[in-house]
Amino acid sequence: MTAISGEQKKSSRLKEKTLDGYNFAYLDDQTKRMIRRATLKAVAIPGYQVPFGSREMPLPFGWGTGGIQVTASIIGIDDTLKVIDQGADDTTNAVNIRRFFAKTAGVETTENTSDASIIQTRHRIPEAKLKSDQIIVYQVPIPEPLRWIEPREEETRKMHALTEYGVMHVGLYENIAHFGKVTTSYNYPVQVNDHYVMSPSPIPKFDNPKMDEMPALQLFGAGREKRIYAVPPYTKVKSLDFEDHPFEIESWSECCALCGSSSSFLDEVITDDKGSRMFVCSDSNFCANRRAKGHKGPGLPRKFEIKDIE
Amino acid sequence: MYVAVKGGDAAIENSQTLLAEERRGDRRVPELTLDQIKNQLSISVDRVMAEGSLYDRDLAALAIKQARGDIVEAIFLLRAYRTTLPRFGNTHPIDTAKMQIRRRISATFKDLPGGQILGPSFDYTHRLLDFSLVENSDSPVAEEASENILAEMPRVTELLDDEGLIEKEIDVNEQEPFDVTRNSLKFPASREARLQNLARGDEGFLLALAYSTQRGWGKTHPFAGEIRMGEVGVEIIPEELGFPIEVGEITVTECQMVNQFKGSATIPAQFTRGYGLTFGHNERKAMSMGILDRSLRSKELGEAINAPAQDEEFVLSHSCNVEASGFVQHLKLPHYVDFQSELVTVRALRKATTFSEKKEDSTGSKNVEGAE
Repeated sequence: MTAISGEQKKSSRLKEKTLDGYNFAYLDDQTKRMIRRATLKAVAIPGYQVPFGSREMPLPFGWGTGGIQVTASIIGIDDTLKVIDQGADDTTNAVNIRRFFAKTAGVETTENTSDASIIQTRHRIPEAKLKSDQIIVYQVPIPEPLRWIEPREEETRKMHALTEYGVMHVGLYENIAHFGKVTTSYNYPVQVNDHYVMSPSPIPKFDNPKMDEMPALQLFGAGREKRIYAVPPYTKVKSLDFEDHPFEIESWSECCALCGSSSSFLDEVITDDKGSRMFVCSDSNFCANRRAKGHKGPGLPRKFEIKDIE
Repeated sequence: MYVAVKGGDAAIENSQTLLAEERRGDRRVPELTLDQIKNQLSISVDRVMAEGSLYDRDLAALAIKQARGDIVEAIFLLRAYRTTLPRFGNTHPIDTAKMQIRRRISATFKDLPGGQILGPSFDYTHRLLDFSLVENSDSPVAEEASENILAEMPRVTELLDDEGLIEKEIDVNEQEPFDVTRNSLKFPASREARLQNLARGDEGFLLALAYSTQRGWGKTHPFAGEIRMGEVGVEIIPEELGFPIEVGEITVTECQMVNQFKGSATIPAQFTRGYGLTFGHNERKAMSMGILDRSLRSKELGEAINAPAQDEEFVLSHSCNVEASGFVQHLKLPHYVDFQSELVTVRALRKATTFSEKKEDSTGSKNVEGAE
């Protein structure tokens, strides 16, 4: 989070690189101040959803406007930005948001997780461990974890205030009673700092453990729903579970076809219409770095069988 | 392979060039001008300004051209532009009593001071395609009336108010009004927040909900006390001057709905109000808004709440078409990480079921069931 100082050199660079007729990083300074205040409040109350005066952005609601507003209000000219969608830097929406900031803020962008000072993400946390000088900004569609149980905010606000989360556990219990296990596979609710139950945004539950005690600051922006929330560095984040049904994550019996990794989240790629498929890392940067270091996967797709999946 | 949903700069740029080409259409046809849109698609311009929350005919016309006539997309363009504009202050409330009337009708009185003024309206046209418009033709020029319209047209609700027949409209707001464009809406919402939300809400959504409560899902079936459309002056009070100056003139449509009376043994019966106001000429929207404003007062007036149109959180949370359109269409974005998680879960569940089915088979329990 670099302040935009009055240094001549920087301001001239600013002028050269940013979009004519618009402020640095699109938003006007009053709006940025309002968002920063909401963000500070969010950091001070981990997991609590802070209402903010979300603006219309030139990208559609539901496409990352919350994350974009948070990023726009914290980004400085010295920042290096990485944007991922589904873990990958080269998906269209990630490319588009990166282009937006390159155009309106003229900042450096990178695909390399460790080089980024701000990482804006949709649906994933990078595989590489984040550091304490990094900020990860999540794009959040529905910030309210209780929404599917109680759609009314007048009610859910009270439930949060009273830490009244019994219904969440009842929901999990019913799930176990019905299927023998918890079937929520993404957007798996977490409890932050032993108080607020929070939506991790629709990351796969595979990524939930990465949130716990993460050295990086985690910010969550929900533009359409006008909420910001946060998890400060080194904060306890626990996925809801029961003693006899502990939280567990997805696993694959396959490894990545390109880099051979067996510890990363794998996407399934269908390669023909006869059931052949291959598995590849969803984190494209993680995969590329491994391949650069000489790791190799089995490559060619093969006939897929049901016993392959645990 | 492995590129299906991945696309870089080049793909996006090509797509946008193609879009621009399709927007232009056949190059042998002259390109639309903003003047043409402003003048001949004026109702579209009005709607885009109203739901875009920005009164600027030129920008609205530009948005319509850029959006290829997609009105919701044009609204989005205007909103995204509006949000970058600095804000100088609040205007004085507009005074619709001083409106230069172009249309004014009441459904509650046959005749009334000021008269019924039909103005330009689709209402009594026969909806027959006019094939004379296929070729550009000389449109008729309307004749000017011999009589002047009243400079201060009395409001129907004021006539009722004189007798105490309708609830008083009380200005409760001494301080700065709530602004839905700058703050996150909270529930229960204040009336000003509700009216702002409805004023920029999607016309189709408001129309459908207003219709639903008229049909009995809720029970707001009011009288159109008055609808008026015309131009009003917009005034601000600059701090250094201390008195109001007019900064412009806007066209608005105002609708005052007169609703079922309310009363008790101790409170004399009175009609209640519902208020609608839109930029430009848009009676469908203004009337829907008037109905919903009243319908959403159910809680305040102690009525049973059992229909969507009475449910403030339901209506106000879903009225914005920029939000709705974005979120519905975000499903076009890749979801393959979440889908992969679901695949893993569903396959694991199916595998477990396959095992238990086999077990049942071996004990014969399945066959017994089958025999029944």
